[in-house]
Amino acid sequence: MLERGEVANSWRSERWDSLRLLTPNWQSRLPGLSYDGPDPDGYMTIGEVTEFIERFAAVSRAPVRTGTNVTSVRRAGDGYRVTTSHGEFRCQAVVIASGACNQPAVPKFTDAIPESVEQLTPFDYRDPAKLPDGGVLVVGASATGVQLAAEVRRSGRPVTLSVGEHVRLPRTYRGRDVLWWMDASGVWDQRYDEVDDLTRARRLPSPQLVGTPDRTTLDLNALAAMGVQLIGRWAAVRDGRALFSGGLRNVFSLADLKMARLLDTFDEWARTHGRDAEVGPPERLPPTNVPESTRLQLDLGSGEIRSIVWATGFRPEYGWLDVPVVDPRSQLRHDGGVVDSPGMYALGLPVLRRRKSTFIYGIEDDAREVIDLLTRYLAARRRS
Amino acid sequence: MTTVANGVNVQALLDAREVLKGAPEAAQFTWRASSTWQDGVHSTTTIQNYFGLGEEQSHKRESVFDADHPETFAATDNGITPIEYLLVGLASCLTAGVASVAQNRGIQLRSVTSTVEGSHDIRGILGVDSEVRNGFSGIKVTFTIDADASKQDIEALVAQSQKRSAVFDALTNPTDVTVEVA
Repeated sequence: MLERGEVANSWRSERWDSLRLLTPNWQSRLPGLSYDGPDPDGYMTIGEVTEFIERFAAVSRAPVRTGTNVTSVRRAGDGYRVTTSHGEFRCQAVVIASGACNQPAVPKFTDAIPESVEQLTPFDYRDPAKLPDGGVLVVGASATGVQLAAEVRRSGRPVTLSVGEHVRLPRTYRGRDVLWWMDASGVWDQRYDEVDDLTRARRLPSPQLVGTPDRTTLDLNALAAMGVQLIGRWAAVRDGRALFSGGLRNVFSLADLKMARLLDTFDEWARTHGRDAEVGPPERLPPTNVPESTRLQLDLGSGEIRSIVWATGFRPEYGWLDVPVVDPRSQLRHDGGVVDSPGMYALGLPVLRRRKSTFIYGIEDDAREVIDLLTRYLAARRRS
Repeated sequence: MTTVANGVNVQALLDAREVLKGAPEAAQFTWRASSTWQDGVHSTTTIQNYFGLGEEQSHKRESVFDADHPETFAATDNGITPIEYLLVGLASCLTAGVASVAQNRGIQLRSVTSTVEGSHDIRGILGVDSEVRNGFSGIKVTFTIDADASKQDIEALVAQSQKRSAVFDALTNPTDVTVEVA
């Protein structure tokens, strides 16, 4: 196992200070290691996640070579040659587990933004105190965007949140964590070959959730109540002005409708599986409030906005992968973790084999199946 | 799903989607209109040819559109005002979307009507107040749909139609426009 930094490296070095897992503690489990602390319904801090993964490295006795940066993987004979900062390896099979969030993804027009406005990505952001005083424009309303917008607003700064398509979820539903429902009702076990539109499922933004001890819902209504100004998707910069979409109402409708359908499936599952008695009564959330007027432009030179936080997602980075298995959108071409090159496999990508593939406890089923395919590949080669 | 007949060949659209995934160049279309000044603020615009799927294409017949201003603008009213054509475009695009999405989702439509209202402060175009924009200050579309579906499913049709609408996008997002003198 090659690790460019330390065990749990990206958790240590590429996350902001206040981040907690979105999944409750009882869901944080890996083969042979479960949460055994006093608060199964709580959410781990970054420090706790780091410790948890360190413990797993010890419990599983994983042969991790830390500080070993992979600079190239290329086909060599009937296997691969792996070049690292600590020498070369030859191997018959490779499992790519470098994740989907290696680089923040930002729009193309960032160069057109005046230098007087400071720009940060979630890799740079640590806490609001390090932002300049004055207005902050947070771009993107998935988990990262809503969490940072709330935190920055609480620091007293005026916050504007640019909202495109998003996934709205309540933190708890009928008295249970919404992720309990995802797990129990089988939504998260849905396999990649059963999903209607797999490309879309794999590109789905993270849900508007935050892991806080009081288990509050952090949807757009909650942010608006805190005084966060909601505006449409950032479309372009023209003459120093940011231009935003006038389609805000429809992204609200899409998210509200999608959430209602998901809650319907939870209710249906509870009813047909005789679970109604153990949970609270069905709930329906109010629709997302449309602001009376939405701004379509912001003058970036006026001083109203002093900094921009890009919460516009992440992308994988495969510059080191000298095998033609990356598509034009920089995504790995694979079928359920079987990469389109002999003996090459992947783990830990969105909906790799199940909807839960990118959650800590989602890796176990995927890993078992992918490693089974890998060992069969190696056995077949030995026979031939 | 096979019993639903909204008259949209969804299979052809889904097939095209698959083919164009691997052939982005064939997906590049150019729509064209040619306009001629008549008199006053009256003009006629004709549309017949366009480019797509890698070659010149043609509508079955030429369409001619008169645009003018109404008598309240001291004009001859030989046709609707140019900004009203945007309402035609938006309503027809969203309606086409509703029919297509309904077909794809197996929802039988019985009737789909809509009203589109564009609010317009004409002090902008008259140069009365430079703070007022020339275009619409807002557009409101109201659909009335009778279909074999729940209210929620009908709302989802309309939402998905906006999500995939060319005209909704063109009106809600900025477009780079070049105007030249030949």
